[in-house]
Amino acid sequence: MNAEHPMAGVPAQPGVPKPDPVLVANGLQRSFGGLRAVDVDHLEIPRHTITSLIGPNGAGKTTLFNLFTGFDEADEGDWHLNGGPLAGISAYQVARKGMVRTFQLTKSLARLTVMDNMLVATKDHPGENLWGAITGGWKTTEAANRERAVELLARFGLEHMTDEFAGGLSGGQRKLLEMARALMMEPEVVMLDEPMAGVNPALTQSLLTHITGLRDDGKTVIFVEHDMDVVQEISDWVVVMAQGKIIAEGLPGDIARNRAVIDAYLGQHHGEAAS
Amino acid sequence: MSRRARFAWFWLATIAIVVMTPLASIAAGESIGGTLIQKIDDEKVPVEGVTITVTQDGTEIGSGTSGADGKWQVPVDDAGIYQVRLETSTLPDGVGLTDPDKAELSEVKVREGQAKKVIFPLGEATVSTVSTYSRVGALFIAGLKLGAIIALSAVGLSLVFGVTGLVNFAHAEMVTLGAVAAYFFHASPTGPQWPLVVAIVPAVLVGAAFGWLQERALWRPLRNRQTGLVAMMVVSIGLSFAARYLFLIFFGGEPRAYPDFAGQPPFELFGIAMVPKQLATIVISLIVLAGVGLFLQRSRSGTAMRAVSDDTDLAESSGINVNRIILITWILAGGLAALGGVFFGLNEAVQWDMGFKLLLLIFAAVVLGGLGTAYGAMLGGFVVGVAVEMSTLVFPNELKAAVGLVVLIIMLLIKPQGLLGSKERIG
Amino acid sequence: MDWSSVLIDGLLATIGPITAAYAVSAIGLNLQFGYAGLLNFGHVAFMLVGAYGMGIAANFGAPLWLGIIIGILAAMALGLLLGIPTLRLRADYLAITTIAAAEAIRLLVRSSWAQPLTNGVFGIQGFAGPFFALNPFPAAELYGFGDFVVTGRKLWVMIVGWTVVALMTLLIARLIHSPWGRVLKAIREDEDATTSLGKNVFAYKLQALMIGGGIAGVAGILLALEQQNVTPDAYLPKITFILYVIVILGGAGTILGPIVGAVVFQFMFFTIDALMVNAQANISWVGDLLTPAAAGQVKLVFVGIGMMLLMIYRPQGILGNREEVLIDER
Repeated sequence: MNAEHPMAGVPAQPGVPKPDPVLVANGLQRSFGGLRAVDVDHLEIPRHTITSLIGPNGAGKTTLFNLFTGFDEADEGDWHLNGGPLAGISAYQVARKGMVRTFQLTKSLARLTVMDNMLVATKDHPGENLWGAITGGWKTTEAANRERAVELLARFGLEHMTDEFAGGLSGGQRKLLEMARALMMEPEVVMLDEPMAGVNPALTQSLLTHITGLRDDGKTVIFVEHDMDVVQEISDWVVVMAQGKIIAEGLPGDIARNRAVIDAYLGQHHGEAAS
Repeated sequence: MSRRARFAWFWLATIAIVVMTPLASIAAGESIGGTLIQKIDDEKVPVEGVTITVTQDGTEIGSGTSGADGKWQVPVDDAGIYQVRLETSTLPDGVGLTDPDKAELSEVKVREGQAKKVIFPLGEATVSTVSTYSRVGALFIAGLKLGAIIALSAVGLSLVFGVTGLVNFAHAEMVTLGAVAAYFFHASPTGPQWPLVVAIVPAVLVGAAFGWLQERALWRPLRNRQTGLVAMMVVSIGLSFAARYLFLIFFGGEPRAYPDFAGQPPFELFGIAMVPKQLATIVISLIVLAGVGLFLQRSRSGTAMRAVSDDTDLAESSGINVNRIILITWILAGGLAALGGVFFGLNEAVQWDMGFKLLLLIFAAVVLGGLGTAYGAMLGGFVVGVAVEMSTLVFPNELKAAVGLVVLIIMLLIKPQGLLGSKERIG
Repeated sequence: MDWSSVLIDGLLATIGPITAAYAVSAIGLNLQFGYAGLLNFGHVAFMLVGAYGMGIAANFGAPLWLGIIIGILAAMALGLLLGIPTLRLRADYLAITTIAAAEAIRLLVRSSWAQPLTNGVFGIQGFAGPFFALNPFPAAELYGFGDFVVTGRKLWVMIVGWTVVALMTLLIARLIHSPWGRVLKAIREDEDATTSLGKNVFAYKLQALMIGGGIAGVAGILLALEQQNVTPDAYLPKITFILYVIVILGGAGTILGPIVGAVVFQFMFFTIDALMVNAQANISWVGDLLTPAAAGQVKLVFVGIGMMLLMIYRPQGILGNREEVLIDER
């Protein structure tokens, strides 16, 4: 940790206000049957940082992701991106507003080429509506997108795979493709759901470099992770969830020493046989 | 004469005869024809203005309308097998087919140069003679009966969906198989000719065995190959199609009734006329469905089945042999569908595409109750059965299927997860 | 049995107007199933609605061209009606609803209730006059060589039919090779991923269902013009499944697959039928086993078995890419 840490001076307590939040949530609740999967009083995500979301299995991290991105409907509560309300907005519109997510199980579009995977990820392509598709006139946009895609693929080391089917990539390459594809959307907030899951350890370091690269590009990154070492290494801020609630927030170093976290998260994590 | 006796006599005693007089002018070519006569208390009345359509393999050859003397004739081009259909919608008020299932004769063989005669026995239609109360009551009973048949057939479909995620479009043919198997054991000249109540047992076993065979020979290997769900549904529809036409080939196109309990006279209960076999269908189905419920709640396999339905991975990791449970589900589904088929055949008739005709209502029931829930399928079955029968108070009989479709679409619009389903499995 | 005449009849059937109509319909189904991954098990209903739309409009005195437009719009409207309740849900719900709708709609137009509009089982005739009035070939004249001949009337329907096939193929090629088509394929691969990239998946699926339905409507209209008749029993459920075999056989998700599939399928369908009828008449044990009518149905059993085997062993069909399919199985 360097001395001019962006989050220095923010008290380590759940629901704490931050200097410049990009995403703010209030009273967010979601139940499945009798089980309250998410129950968040207040949460602010600081801009231009990497915030990691940790917690034991079933803590509600992915559900919270789903709520934020419109893939699930909240029972109650509101949340705002740059002050604009997102509750009730459908998932594709959330993506267009600048909050793009990835999935725990990588969702590459298998029978599309790597390039086509990239080219799908655009916001306002005239060739993507029916009228434009028939009348043509989308070639300029397409060429510009293609140029951007080539750059991004090169940055993520996938340029040699451009014309392969995405389904033919290795697990790690698919994670990279998913990240590159998310960037094609020119998002403000990138939400990564367990980007390290199932990735060959040799690739972990390169993935981490790419994640910090996103922040250095001026994006806000929120990511779900299990591995405390990874979290310690790259996070600017850590939010800990257990049983749907936020039980702790703070700088990575503080969180590692937090008693409640060790009990709720590490204790249960170690107790679990299968994970 | 009591109403009850009249009701029976309408069907038994009023028979129309077709007297054939080939028209001289076209006697040289092949034709199909007849005379439509309604017989009421020994009086023979020709029926005019009724249309009869002749088709061959789905292609219309021609149609004719009966004249003032009841005569009709349709010339055909060649010797061969034709399907002859009396358009019931063109029957005058008060006239009905003695056997409503005999509106279409699917294997009328015309020899070279022959003027083939066919008979459509006509009797008195009964609608006008009953009070609204008894009509509603009779429809309600008929609805419960249809509901029982749908519920029996639908439970298996829903259970299989629950444990495997597959909507098995060949489920309809499992219904037909049960009815056809019972017909074989009961009435086929080459079969053992057991009474129907005995023949039900091997019919249900054949259905269960077919469920077992499907899972072992087809679905499990496909799951092991990681075949996608869409591909599996296409396979199931292919299986459905192949099976249906095998039934047509070996069972023939004509509907056939089980000789036992055919033409059962109705009796009256609380002023409502009902046929004993309707009641038997309802009661036995309820008992069987209660048994299924008990099995799901109490037995180890049943609880395991529900666990697999809820979360296959979790069930597997907690030591449940998922493949075994899926196999049991298929066997159960096959047996229940077969039983539903026997009841369907008993109350209507056994026909090669009977299951497919029922499929729409089965789907409506399953969606209404909630896809993947056994109890939803039961509830949905009865609701759809009663709704469809009751709809004939307002809409003509022919629109039953459309009513089923409307129920299905409305349900999808307002509550797609069904009455008893959870929201998570629909998206 | 005269094999050369069987062959000639088979080939004539293969290039005939029915094959063209099936190819058109299969092009529509391919857009839905092959490119968008939509399971429409009631495709024949769109053909029926197209044909009836035209027939009913003609009955009310509309000119044929207007009737054709109304038919196509009606078929697209059916897509809207069936798509809105189902396309937000799992793939199964569309399959269930369409298979149910196909049969319910056929029974509806056939019913006496709808008779004032649809003329019930008799169907609608007398609309095809303007179409055949345009025929430049003398209707009774024979065209071709040797035994391989068609009447001028049939030649006209064939030319129109295959021209429509070509036009529809061009339309689909243009759509599929556009960014719109790329989004459609992305949806087929993974709806959630496509949604996360800012695409309104529901709207695209609805568009695909409606365009595919409209194309099926064109096919239904072609069939009706050829038969000069719109009857409910020309649109039986079996046609949907024949179309599936055509699409999968040719190669689902390929531009030319439906055409190749339709041609190969029709030839095989005809040949199997001729073989079975011949075997029934000449081979005694087959004759004992099957009645002539039953022998005529064997081809449909093969349709079902063919559908299963293709889907299991050669899902890419004739033109598809084996590599793509292997990826799918991961």
